[in-house]
Amino acid sequence: MAAVTQPVPVREEVPWTVRLRLILSYTLLFLLALVFLYPFLLTITTSFKPLPEIARNPVQLIPETITLEGYTRMRNLNVGRWAFNSALVATVITLGNILFASMAGYALARIPFPGRQPLFLTILGTMMVPGIVLLIPLFIILRQLSLIDTYWGLTLPKLVGAFGVFLMKQFFESVPKELEEAARIDGANRLQMFFRVILPIARPALIALIIFTFQGAWNDFMFPLIVISVRQELYTLPLGLAVLRGGLGENLQWNAILAGSLITTLPMAIVFIFFQRYFIEGISYSGIKG
Amino acid sequence: MASGIRGQDREDTVAGWLFMTPALIIFAVFLIIPIIFAVYYSFTDWNGISPPSEANIIGAENYRTILVEGGIRQSDFFKALKNTTYFALGVVPTQTILALLLAVVVNQRLLRFKNFFRTAYYFPSITSSVAISLIFLFLYQRSGLINSVLETITFGAWEPIAWMSDARGLIHIILESLGVTLRDGPAFLRSELLGLTVWDWISGPSVALAAIMIMNTWTTIGTMMIIFLAALQDIPSSVYEAAAVDGATAWPTFRRITMPMLRPTIFFVVTLGLIGTYQVFDQIYVMSSGGPAKTTLTMAYMVYRNGFRNSEMGLGAAIAILLFIIIFVLTLIQRRITGSEANM
Repeated sequence: MAAVTQPVPVREEVPWTVRLRLILSYTLLFLLALVFLYPFLLTITTSFKPLPEIARNPVQLIPETITLEGYTRMRNLNVGRWAFNSALVATVITLGNILFASMAGYALARIPFPGRQPLFLTILGTMMVPGIVLLIPLFIILRQLSLIDTYWGLTLPKLVGAFGVFLMKQFFESVPKELEEAARIDGANRLQMFFRVILPIARPALIALIIFTFQGAWNDFMFPLIVISVRQELYTLPLGLAVLRGGLGENLQWNAILAGSLITTLPMAIVFIFFQRYFIEGISYSGIKG
Repeated sequence: MASGIRGQDREDTVAGWLFMTPALIIFAVFLIIPIIFAVYYSFTDWNGISPPSEANIIGAENYRTILVEGGIRQSDFFKALKNTTYFALGVVPTQTILALLLAVVVNQRLLRFKNFFRTAYYFPSITSSVAISLIFLFLYQRSGLINSVLETITFGAWEPIAWMSDARGLIHIILESLGVTLRDGPAFLRSELLGLTVWDWISGPSVALAAIMIMNTWTTIGTMMIIFLAALQDIPSSVYEAAAVDGATAWPTFRRITMPMLRPTIFFVVTLGLIGTYQVFDQIYVMSSGGPAKTTLTMAYMVYRNGFRNSEMGLGAAIAILLFIIIFVLTLIQRRITGSEANM
């Protein structure tokens, strides 16, 4: 580790001890990268293997025979529908947060209205309550409102989150006041001002919000688990996979299970590879401020 | 003029509440009311199946059953508390230290392939916990990748184990290898405390729980690393330059400059870690359902199991409230230890 810590002028004569330490350090870093990535590589290749081959040697990376057996099995289990549900639910939740979290965040940051401070503290306080505590009472409410086993149940409670409100409030506080004043002189009311002036410049914060909300909703398991009880056609990907695993007990069809895991992982991975910069900016943005 | 200001005030009040309305409705219905409900139902015997209005208020009976009354629910609760605490004690320090280390490394100005390393280490963090749990279930088989890697790096000394069905506690394994067992150990090991024997309390995490802990650390390091990385980039480079001029080498620079400046971030990361580990649920649901021998039964999983599976919603709610109190107190204690200095 020490070798990479010290600035080493690369082009000049480098003593062999330093060079050796550099090589060792990089080797270590690459090995570590392998620790984080290899399980996914093995998952990809194993999902294309036939079952007997997996049973014989679950460690071998390169398949001897390639088959779509696992994917066919998942298709028969309705994985397409689960993927559709996941995409729909995550998209609706993300849209809800874009609109409602930024509206609330803007009001808390910029509109001086009575009750603003206690409201903000209450919202901040709810962030302290662990999700698991709400598991049972949320189930009760959803039951009372007949939202169990519906798309409404999967989306409505998540349309705005305390974290999103907090994130947007932090952002709007940094927006110069002059922008609003200029709009006000032009005769715009609050609503026009918000949609025409404020929201368009909130792009960096919105991207962070979109990424976190979508990722959270796409990967969420506990919440769909309590909302969906009998209607299997409403399963999201993580819920479908977890139930499938439970139904199979110890007798797991690994190619299908791993194919399913891959289908669940892949969309986030693609989004991540294309929008990497925003992920890292987003997490640091919220991380520091959080 | 005065009326103009008053008009502006009125407009602001209307606009403010109008902008808050959607968020307020959702928070009220799906967050505030549930919190009140959680407290209320923890004092009832509701089973989760009959209409909630038919539930009887039974006072603190649920809390008594869990905490005081000897029986399976009490011993399960303290087993879950014990397992969850071992889980947090193992995972939180490990992931914090490793994440900090990785962040410092990938923050080096002259490091090549920087983006590749950051991406690789962060990648598991973005994936679904259910998918990761299934993948690790595959890797943790007796003939799976993890045993085979351990066998290779120990030159065959490692005996493959069936990770997920191994209920032996790590500390028990160590003690037994030193010749201390429940039968011929000191008598106090057999005395009972809150539904568990002292021997049970000191078991350490079971092999199965340790397997989930390793996986959990592996997935969370990336997130924590990025948080540290952001904080590191906020430290002005002039500080380091001054240290370099003074001839400070890597380790003193890290200890005297980097560490103190990262205090608030360390507090944040440890808090996140504590809150996360005390709620561990998805992984347990998918990988072990609390077994083997209840050694992976965590508090969050117990809330679900008792509430939804065993039709004891009232009891489940009481466990949830206790869990909330535990997390709250831990955060306060932790703020005392690291936070007070961080706020300087």
